Amino acid sequence: MGSVAGEFVRHVLPEKVGVSDHSAAGSEELHVLAVDDSHVDRKVIERLLKISSCKVTAVESGTRALQFLGLDGEENSVGFDGLKVNLIMTDYSMPGMTGYELLKKIKESKAFRKIPVVIMSSENILTRIDRCLEEGAEEFIVKPVKLSDVRRLRDFIMRGEGEENRKKGNHKRKLQDDYSISPPLSPAASLDCEISSLLLPSSSSSSPECPSKRPRLWVED
Amino acid sequence: MDGVVQLQRQLLDYTALLFQEGFLNDQFTQLQQLQDETNPDFVVEVVSLFFEDSERLLNELANTLDQQSIDFRKVDSHVHQLKGSSSSIGAQRVQNVCIAFRNFCDAQNTEGCLKCLQQVKNEYSLVKNKLETLFKLEQQILAAGGSIPM
Repeated sequence: MGSVAGEFVRHVLPEKVGVSDHSAAGSEELHVLAVDDSHVDRKVIERLLKISSCKVTAVESGTRALQFLGLDGEENSVGFDGLKVNLIMTDYSMPGMTGYELLKKIKESKAFRKIPVVIMSSENILTRIDRCLEEGAEEFIVKPVKLSDVRRLRDFIMRGEGEENRKKGNHKRKLQDDYSISPPLSPAASLDCEISSLLLPSSSSSSPECPSKRPRLWVED
Repeated sequence: MDGVVQLQRQLLDYTALLFQEGFLNDQFTQLQQLQDETNPDFVVEVVSLFFEDSERLLNELANTLDQQSIDFRKVDSHVHQLKGSSSSIGAQRVQNVCIAFRNFCDAQNTEGCLKCLQQVKNEYSLVKNKLETLFKLEQQILAAGGSIPM
């Protein structure tokens, strides 16, 4: 795993930093950047990640996230030691820069576009999900985020570091048993779901039973 | 240790009742499971943030709905936030009112919104009391040398 992890490190570190420090790559602790304007959600996601043995940096906005990554246009001469980010989890609806806009900026950045970005949203809207996945989001998670979500993500990222160079063949990510929606959603089924949740205002929630709750990304690198 | 056992029983019964009556849902249990010796006040801390956020949002809602010309997008934005945080701690009844509330926003229905505001204030007040009672029970157990049953 060592040399492949090294490969991964070279891809995600910004170019101006020398790739001398492989200690982050050697350690099993992932560093996750969490972005959410809600205090409550930041606190919860932080705890979920820490309990899953991840290092966490939680910020309240896309702007702060970009500042942290050094993508805010400011010349950042300080090295990125210890700031290597393995995963970005961002809320979708935030004032100022939305999670979608943040996703775009990250994917447009040579230095950071390989970092998996996960979008979190309390709203299960098919067009929103599609848009995010098309823009390169790894996954779209409907809130509230659970421990099982975080663990699954962590396992996936850690495995992904080993599979980083696998470019051909089937890119379908392995799902845990409780997520059985690996085949692409039939658009009709999901639309029905969206429509019915609009027509039933007093129904319990706009999210739970809809099959698009955990869509997986059919990805190409 | 009889007292402690009784208190623990009380806590379990009270918690079960809150779930039965729909005040709390499984998300609250998820939060409780994230609490441990390394982070023994986690639930209280998150819930306190929820109280702060909610009170701020309820004030904003009252102001926004009090205007001559109501900005429904602003109302919706506040309700969306309230729905989010109540969902994150498992405050099911508050969350449910928020869903209805947002539909009235979409319809730009002032009367509906005002009714929902009243309703959400009530539900918030109820769940706040209940959670504070729950936390007090926990404190009593700890003070008596017991541990919080799960």
